[in-house]
Amino acid sequence: MNVILFKLTLLLYLAATAGYLVYIISQQKPAGRVALGVAIAGFFFHTATIIVRYYEAGYAPVTNLHESLSFFAWALVGSYLYIHLRYKVKNLGAFAAPVAVLSMIASSTLPKKIIALPPVLKSYWLPVHAIVYFLAYGILAVAACAGIMYLIQERQIKKKKFGAFYQRLPSLEVLDAINYRCLTIGFPLLTVGILTGSLWAEQAWGAHWQWDPKETWSLVSWLFYAALLHERLAVGWRGRRAAIMAIIGLGALLFTFLGVSLLLKGLHTYAGWGV
Amino acid sequence: MPDGASNLSIVLIGLNHETAPVEIRERLTFGGDRELPFTLIRKIPLVTEFIFLSTCNRVEVLMTTPNPANAEMEIKKVFTESNGIPLGDFERCLYSYHEEEAVKHLFRVAASLDSMVLGEPQILGQIKDAYRQAADQKTSGVILNRLLHKTFSVAKRVRTETGICSHAVSISFAAVELARKIFADLKGKRAMLIGAGEMAELAAEHLISNGVAEIVVANRTLERAIELAQKFKGRAVSLDEVYDQLSKVDIIISSTGAPGLVIHYDNVKSVMRARKNRPLFLIDIAVPRDIDPRTNEIDNVYLYDIDDLKGIIEMNKAERQKEALRAERIVEEAVIKFKYWLQALDITPIIVSLREKAEQIRLKECRKTLSNMGSLTPEQEKAVHVLTASIVNKMLHDPITYLKGKSSREHKDIYLDFARQIFNLNGEPADTDE
Repeated sequence: MNVILFKLTLLLYLAATAGYLVYIISQQKPAGRVALGVAIAGFFFHTATIIVRYYEAGYAPVTNLHESLSFFAWALVGSYLYIHLRYKVKNLGAFAAPVAVLSMIASSTLPKKIIALPPVLKSYWLPVHAIVYFLAYGILAVAACAGIMYLIQERQIKKKKFGAFYQRLPSLEVLDAINYRCLTIGFPLLTVGILTGSLWAEQAWGAHWQWDPKETWSLVSWLFYAALLHERLAVGWRGRRAAIMAIIGLGALLFTFLGVSLLLKGLHTYAGWGV
Repeated sequence: MPDGASNLSIVLIGLNHETAPVEIRERLTFGGDRELPFTLIRKIPLVTEFIFLSTCNRVEVLMTTPNPANAEMEIKKVFTESNGIPLGDFERCLYSYHEEEAVKHLFRVAASLDSMVLGEPQILGQIKDAYRQAADQKTSGVILNRLLHKTFSVAKRVRTETGICSHAVSISFAAVELARKIFADLKGKRAMLIGAGEMAELAAEHLISNGVAEIVVANRTLERAIELAQKFKGRAVSLDEVYDQLSKVDIIISSTGAPGLVIHYDNVKSVMRARKNRPLFLIDIAVPRDIDPRTNEIDNVYLYDIDDLKGIIEMNKAERQKEALRAERIVEEAVIKFKYWLQALDITPIIVSLREKAEQIRLKECRKTLSNMGSLTPEQEKAVHVLTASIVNKMLHDPITYLKGKSSREHKDIYLDFARQIFNLNGEPADTDE
């Protein structure tokens, strides 16, 4: 059942992405409205997918790579919808939706079979730790999308060369506000993610911190975002630098999420597909 | 169109900024009397309906007449006599369009395709005024009423469906447009004018109408600064205070006549920390320039000088030209639709379509009834058809005779239009915009 819902979600996301691309090219408002509607429908089905899988598996579906990528996409779409509705910012969807779709496609190619949970993951920390982390990933991915848009728009205004994106992208100030908003939500989540992870590690492995690659990299990305937030608040860093930081930060997060699991082995690797 | 039973032609005669220099145009103002042209043209028996449009860029008379050549002569006579200008002086500037060409010209003017600045919005309002005046004076009738309503809807379509009005083509508008791409919302932002020139004043007006919270004016002579500040309910400061203001304002428009730089790289660089890097938009419309060009290299500072803004305007003009091509297509389409309507004012098509409509209804109802009645002999079936056909014919006899009887009447287009409305006979296909 959850697999059928998953496929339906993927189809809706594909349609929404197509709609957003049509909108950014044609600038016909109805296309944008339809795309948003389809994205909301997709998010609804995605939520159902996750709930159904939770009941079918008996644990929070954030354990293997298929589940994780899907959950990441869910958090991303949710964050996007929140930011879109709050800032009424146009064409953010054309940047965020493709990322969600890519994550969903990657997820769809991976084994979807529900398997018994390894004993080490059987803990009430699993849903808290993993879900909080993915929510942070989702909202910080939106920050990176806004960052890319900021860099494109800033370059046009600075160089006084106005291309096709000039009319289509929102103002610099709005994009920067989104960056800040996402950071103030994403960073606390990231912090909670690390703390719960540490508590869980203490319970499961007997030590709060063991410097395995996953832990090291999540600390690196946490420090990175901490620096960005600090500079923003203290010195008023904003604009281009904040946008670049948001993009690099997401890179560090994605490496923590995927790179470490696939390239470097460590305690977080379960059956080759760990998170 | 010309052979419509109406025998009336639509004619537009006039001149505009392209055909006539301002020396001619300013002599055709009827002494500024808005009533006079109406009083005079109304007296021409050949002119059935008319509208008179006069702006600083054009003088035009739109009319319906049974005899275009003579009516034009009469109009020219009104122009010469009441303005005291010999015909020879301006006749070569006149253009006259007939029928579809006249309709098309009117549509193009209203859509601002014939304006000096392509896409400028005032002309539509001026046409609306002219039409209102004509309607008040009751000089417009069935044809021109319809034509003008079409004109307004064409102009509206052009504005909403093409980008012909959406790219700034003046320095001050271009500056405001840029400001809105840097700042999300100008509400709550503060602007400073350095130098109180005319262009700065214009830009300040646009900024105010876009919600800027406060205008600070700095000028060499403080009196002028105070005067301008009062106009915008802002504050006046002396030139020395400009540097203190750098950390407080968001938009600066500089237009002093100073021979050297007024704002230096270091002035700006040093305030960015105090500003917490809030963006600063510098507009330098002075020649020689007031603001060090290198300030544009500072993060979150955007500097535009007069050439940059002119470059944008050139680009936007080209953009409007492109959009104008799409607008022309909308106009062409509307002209064709209007032609259908005019043709349908003819008496024969009305009678034909009335009969067709009645016959269609009759056949449809017969089919319905006959299929419900089950088995009828062919004779019985035929009898039903004969019965219904004769009812329809008897019903239509009187209206058709009435319409034919009006066909030689002077105002028969009123009756015809009325008949079309009563029987809902749509002469034009798929007209949905009413």
